[in-house]
Amino acid sequence: MDLNYTDAQIAFRSDVRDFLSDNLPTHLSDKVRDGVALTKADHEEWHAILNAQGWLAGNWPVDHGGTGWDSVQRHIFEDEMTKANAPRIVPFGLAMLGPVLMAFGSDEQKSYWLPRILNGDDWWCQGYSEPGAGSDLASVRTMAERDGDDYIVNGQKTWTTLGQYANMIFCLVRTSKEGKRQEGISFLLIDMNSPGITVRPIVLIDGGAEVNEVFFDNVRVPVANLVGEENKGWTYAKYLLTHERTNIAGVGFASAGLEQLKRIARAELSGGKPLIQNPLFAARIAQVQIDLMAMATTNLRVISAAAAGQAPGAESSMLKVKGTQVRQEINALTMQAIGPYAMPFVSEALDGDNDPVGPAYAQAPTGQYLNNRKLSIYGGSNEVQRSIIAKAILEL
Amino acid sequence: MNFDLTEERQMLQDGLRRFLRDQYTPDLLAQIETSDTGTSPEVWAGLADMGVIGALFTEDQGGFGGAGFDIALVAEEMGRVGATDPLIDTGILGGGLIAALGDEGQQAMLDDIIAGTRQLALAHGEPSSRYDLSRVETTATDGKLTGRKAVVVNGGAADTLIVSARTAGDVADTDGISLFIVAADAPGLMRRSYPLTGGGHAAEITLDNTPGTLLGTAGQGHAALAAAHARATLAISAEAVGLMDAVRTLTTDYLKTRKQFGQPIGKFQALQHRMADVLIEIEQARSAVINLAGHLDADTQTRDTHVAATKTLIGQVARLVAEESIQMHGGIGMTQEYALGHLAKRLLMVDHRFGDTLYHMDKFIALAVA
Repeated sequence: MDLNYTDAQIAFRSDVRDFLSDNLPTHLSDKVRDGVALTKADHEEWHAILNAQGWLAGNWPVDHGGTGWDSVQRHIFEDEMTKANAPRIVPFGLAMLGPVLMAFGSDEQKSYWLPRILNGDDWWCQGYSEPGAGSDLASVRTMAERDGDDYIVNGQKTWTTLGQYANMIFCLVRTSKEGKRQEGISFLLIDMNSPGITVRPIVLIDGGAEVNEVFFDNVRVPVANLVGEENKGWTYAKYLLTHERTNIAGVGFASAGLEQLKRIARAELSGGKPLIQNPLFAARIAQVQIDLMAMATTNLRVISAAAAGQAPGAESSMLKVKGTQVRQEINALTMQAIGPYAMPFVSEALDGDNDPVGPAYAQAPTGQYLNNRKLSIYGGSNEVQRSIIAKAILEL
Repeated sequence: MNFDLTEERQMLQDGLRRFLRDQYTPDLLAQIETSDTGTSPEVWAGLADMGVIGALFTEDQGGFGGAGFDIALVAEEMGRVGATDPLIDTGILGGGLIAALGDEGQQAMLDDIIAGTRQLALAHGEPSSRYDLSRVETTATDGKLTGRKAVVVNGGAADTLIVSARTAGDVADTDGISLFIVAADAPGLMRRSYPLTGGGHAAEITLDNTPGTLLGTAGQGHAALAAAHARATLAISAEAVGLMDAVRTLTTDYLKTRKQFGQPIGKFQALQHRMADVLIEIEQARSAVINLAGHLDADTQTRDTHVAATKTLIGQVARLVAEESIQMHGGIGMTQEYALGHLAKRLLMVDHRFGDTLYHMDKFIALAVA
């Protein structure tokens, strides 16, 4: 048992830190720190900087232009990125589709799509959920019917994050109604500019529109865009979900959020004294900090096991549940900390040059609290995660 | 022991419930969200016509109610539809302070208030006062006020403001706070109005040598402020219970109709137990409101103990109900378009007016534990 990083890992952390300090533009880190929404151009700018360094694809092997990092290096990189207020890497092409193509795509698909992901030629989005297929993903009903060299796709996807920026979508579609529901699903790559596709934004309770509905009305998709075999898409989808669950604990986000909470609680006055000196409030901050300290080590234990080649099982579900609980509690405490100034509605579009109502630090917390209610819903709701954990331990 | 409504109150409840259900359509909510005041003038006029504003005042004051149970009844119905109308601001705070402290000339304003033709707001909180009632930095000299007031709900739409200012004592003293009636268009007064999360509007108000008329005795405003806040706390707590009922209805309906894995999700025991906990806590909240309504006119110590207990519990249950209902809805609960969003946000913001769980837990410890 050794809780310390190796010398090589410490040197790696120092390299990452130096790189971020030299190359992360302040106009981006300022936005991330203040909770201002990033534009498409902001994301693309940051991706290009990381790609020039060869650090964009932290989870890809070197053969495909990735870094070849192990899970500990990836953790160190993500940790430093969060501390530096770097924009998160948009996951759809890099973390989600890339690994699926590498594992199941044809050589043509790999050589065509993977470099385009690295170069930012395509913005991918994820077409998984449907109005009737949320936690029960296997009940997807969007149909793809073969017609010569094309599929004709009809149906609807929803909760498509940043679909408004995307030119490509990877979709789970139904190609067969025979047999078990899981056996009739295929994995299809669809050009968002195809005739018959309509994207409609969904405004969320924080006032922002980061997710969309995507409608397919007789959309023609070349059969060449099928990944792997027809009716085997469920296997690929599950593979993708395991990749979606890396960094699922969000330790970096929680640490950054806790620091911001303490900054605010020191600045806010209650009864003429800093709020952080209120014993009741301090106890609640202490509780979440204690939880976070233990969770950070659980996270490292899972990462370390993964680096040694063990496949994560119920541990990633445990990290999802605890990680989202910790982050949501930090969000709730931060909203409480700003007192009456939690009430003014601040548009997500916060353009940065408007004159804020109340302190500058009071602009983001209410919206962040509301938006982060999604953490325990998406990527497999916490109820689904608990069922996975229970199934693994009870074997009933 | 009798927890039933009197016949008059039952009639008021039935009529108000029907009126609000007809008025507060999704279209109206969408419309007021983008309006300048965050409220509907037509609904306000309708509430006045029905005597709903009058129900907040005693017969002596020109109304026909004014007891704790009248306030709770009206506010709960408002909560049931997520109404944003400024009954608390115009009626309970502004009107209530004028009724409690005003001289004969000032009392004349009550007729307009009850008729729905005059809007009020209480400008008391300041940028660094948080929820402390006694912390007032705004000053008044020879009837001229200077200072800054923060998150004044209905402050933008109000014709008349009740403004607290320090005329003696140190910044946090209970003695030395005076109340003034200030016209919204008085010289030196500036307002910046903005929408609130969960509906309605508030304003940041600056006063620079702004003239005001003294309301009540100079330096003795604190006790009246505390009494008005107790009544407002009852109102917002009862509103919260109405909101909880509405949220509960949406959530139970959803659990019964939404199907995943081939059955209504309400068949899953994991969700059944969560819903059961929510129902238990809502009944706790309802009883807490009854406790406060029944002790609103008790001695100050008893009243304030109930204010602290009720508001602490309401804040805790509000968060539980809002968070659990969103969670049990899943993605649809995150959307602005679905009815839950507005109700849940309004419910969450209850903890940011008249003291939050932290503030009232501290008060309760001092009053009833330590």
